[in-house]
Amino acid sequence: MKMRRVAVVGAGMTKFVRRALETADELSWQATRMALDSCGLTLDDIDAVASGTAPDAFDGVHMNSEYLCPGSGGWNKPFIRCYVGGGTGVMAVIHGWYHVASGLFDTCLVVCEEKMSSCQPHPQGAFLTIFDHTLERPLGPNLLWIFAMEMNAYMQRYGLSHRDIALVTVKNRQNAKDHPCALLGEDITVDDVLNSEVMAWPVRRLDVSPISDGAVAIVLAAEKVAHRITDKPVWIEGVGWSLETAYWTNRDLSYPQQVEEAARMAYQMAGITEPRKQIHIVEPYDPFDYKELHHLEGLLLADKGKAPEMTALGITRRDGDLPVCPSGGLLGVGNPIAAAGLMKVAELFWQLRGEAGARQVPGNPKRGLAQAWGDLMQVGTVVILGVA
Amino acid sequence: MTERVAIVGAGWYGFQSITPEVSYKEMMYEAAVRAYHDAGIDPRRDVDSFVTVAEDFNEGTSIFDEYTPDQMGGILRPNETIPGEGLHGLITAYMQIKTGLIRVAVVEAHSKVSNILHPAHILAYAMDPIYNRPLGLHPYFIAGLEMQRYLFETGTTLEQCAQVVVKNRQNALLNPLAAYPAELSLADVLDAEPVAEPLTRLMVAPPADGCVVLVLAAEEVARSLTDTPIWIQGVGWANGSYSLENRDWVELDYVRQAAELAYRTAGIRYPRGSIDFAEIDDAFAYKELQHLEALSLCRPGEAGPLTVEGATSLEGDLPVNPSGGSLGCGHLLDASGLARALEVVRQLRGEAGAHQLPDVEVGLAMGWRGVPTTSAAVVILARED
Amino acid sequence: MSERIPSYPGTPLKERDFTEGRVLHTWWVPKADYAWDAGVAIGRFLAGLKEGRILGVTCPQCRRVLVPPRMVCEHCFVPTSHWVELPGTGTVKTFSICTVRWDMERLEVPIIPAVIALDGAEAPTGGGGGFMHLLGEVEPTPEAVRIGMRVEPVWRPAAERTAAITDILYFRPLKEG
Repeated sequence: MKMRRVAVVGAGMTKFVRRALETADELSWQATRMALDSCGLTLDDIDAVASGTAPDAFDGVHMNSEYLCPGSGGWNKPFIRCYVGGGTGVMAVIHGWYHVASGLFDTCLVVCEEKMSSCQPHPQGAFLTIFDHTLERPLGPNLLWIFAMEMNAYMQRYGLSHRDIALVTVKNRQNAKDHPCALLGEDITVDDVLNSEVMAWPVRRLDVSPISDGAVAIVLAAEKVAHRITDKPVWIEGVGWSLETAYWTNRDLSYPQQVEEAARMAYQMAGITEPRKQIHIVEPYDPFDYKELHHLEGLLLADKGKAPEMTALGITRRDGDLPVCPSGGLLGVGNPIAAAGLMKVAELFWQLRGEAGARQVPGNPKRGLAQAWGDLMQVGTVVILGVA
Repeated sequence: MTERVAIVGAGWYGFQSITPEVSYKEMMYEAAVRAYHDAGIDPRRDVDSFVTVAEDFNEGTSIFDEYTPDQMGGILRPNETIPGEGLHGLITAYMQIKTGLIRVAVVEAHSKVSNILHPAHILAYAMDPIYNRPLGLHPYFIAGLEMQRYLFETGTTLEQCAQVVVKNRQNALLNPLAAYPAELSLADVLDAEPVAEPLTRLMVAPPADGCVVLVLAAEEVARSLTDTPIWIQGVGWANGSYSLENRDWVELDYVRQAAELAYRTAGIRYPRGSIDFAEIDDAFAYKELQHLEALSLCRPGEAGPLTVEGATSLEGDLPVNPSGGSLGCGHLLDASGLARALEVVRQLRGEAGAHQLPDVEVGLAMGWRGVPTTSAAVVILARED
Repeated sequence: MSERIPSYPGTPLKERDFTEGRVLHTWWVPKADYAWDAGVAIGRFLAGLKEGRILGVTCPQCRRVLVPPRMVCEHCFVPTSHWVELPGTGTVKTFSICTVRWDMERLEVPIIPAVIALDGAEAPTGGGGGFMHLLGEVEPTPEAVRIGMRVEPVWRPAAERTAAITDILYFRPLKEG
């Protein structure tokens, strides 16, 4: 079945900051403007807008996408939002993809935004409401609980040490030093991570990515149009998405099955049979350090329980055999939920065009994979991008 | 890209003012089971994509998509949540199938508005936090403002708006799905207590719980599943100005654009001649009239007189909201548009029972996300020739 | 990207920009209250808790005992039927020791959330039935709490139960012998 080819032709993003002066709508506008400028297009050239933004509770506006619509370029345009928790940033690309691949439109803007700082007294508080209203909320849970429990299950299952895992934060914060929009680009050591205060054992402060505000936008175009806009379109070669059961307490948390499902779907569409050879850059979702490892395994890029070893061997460094999070990831750049996922896709866009500057992965990478994850450890969203 | 997409299965639960007997999960399950049975499919095997429509603050749960896959039969399958109008969800499923990647997709939307203790406060939470919310007004003031201007500019009368209520609540008497059937008089509607002048309480669609599930399939699959595929002939949607201060209170550009895109994709050049009946948003009585005009189904200012003449009644030339619309069925929040589409499907299949319209071939379903939004979607469905 | 773009938008603010009134903002506390219909499955489960019983329901096809109970088995997509009472004892599948509250304020005494796999609800493929709850009567340290630890529920006094998950106060380690 011949599918219509869709390419990413432009991208833009704001800095990721702890608290932005700009309103949610203004952040969206900044990223959208930049994305359009990056490929010399105006709103008139855009046929539709695909929006992605995660919990409305952060921005403090019900039906948040309506509020963000103008800044996202959606005025007088077909405009639909998608929302799958933390998976939104990559799902939004898939959402934009089918706008164009369906044949309905030739161009589509994908805009993701998050303004977590609006939520007081602390954005973490909004996460209370993701838990089951009857069986879980009365226990007073916070988001750290589920990450900590998943991390514990993962470490226990494979006998991993925290030291192995902490390497991911060190790597990503270091990578982030070269990202102009990064919140936490810095040199830290494994000991810094292991000595940081315990939040919810085994999770320590430096295992966690920072709450942030930010927005990212990319421009998608159908093949014929893409070639007119740029001489280096980055093709969406594969998409995949999958959602696990809400009954997370009944699951085996040591392995993200839904990430594997999403990855297989994307690999199949992209015709990839040997991902470890054929994928040159990976941007997996890293809201916590152990998640990068967990996801590498779910993406079938590392054997179960072996991702920490890969990291320790330096394979996932920018100059390694399989660079992982060359952007600096969520741990280094910041985590404005939906925007964070799209940041990874934008990173691949720049990397595959050789435009990533100081972050550039050497060796002419041709194919990259971006993955996001979210909900109560349930969703997996994958996009594979490639250049000729 | 696939050629055509059809609706091959439909299921529902409700619609009722309260549904204490089931949780939202159980409500979704029942509607889904009906839809899957209707389509003759097993969701664990035959469905490639699940699209649910939900808003966190309507559910009282953040990241609501967490709680959707199990009761739809969708675990470890592609699932996506669209916080938008029910028809945005239907359109999403449609686009996914048109890519060729997905062959069978399911769309679900529900309302458990009875579980929201202060719905007006939730609506207020959708308003601009800097410019509008601090005014502390009940959000229906936006509809009041718009109705006032609409009546002023088009010459539409209060009686014509009231006639919409009388018609739709009466249509509901023939619809077993409807939550608010009633025999009302014009005086009942006009004399009801004011909500946000010139709106009276009876001009506002009362809230209801319910769930609608539709199964969509690519042409080849559709033909193998059913003898009565309902083709999605055209789709269109658009957003207008979010800002209250910048919007046009009479010209609904976004509805006009949504309709134009739908007619264009359906290959329809003269809507009034091609559309046999319509299920459109009537969250507020005047809206049915304003929407009819914005959808180019009649000229500006003509909708009121047409309604009073009976042209939009069950026996008329262009029946509008034969189901009773939101006024008669109950307003199902964002699921309303999908409830409108459900009615169009049933009419086209000849399954509407007591309120069946004779000989209908093409129907239009339209949804609006309600105040304070300017977000609308239109879908045109057609029976097999 | 890096070479061609001179600067990136976004203006970072500090805490004192707010406390010192340099930045204008508006406040709103949403009145977002809900009364969720428990429905058939959870309604029955909660009624069981009020009686000091933990109930599960069986899938007639895969024979799993489902806790928390639901009216449809999500694997087989068939309605569940046979209700069973579980002994209440179980095994800690995973846990955390949390030192901060939901608003990130430090806790005096750490709390121990855990996923408890309940006896009688084990599934052949692993990942058996169970739910999240708190652990008590155990030192909040990774040495004292272990994955695989055997636990039993401690109930709120009958007169104080309200048909809620908190009718179970916490789970404590099973005494040896």
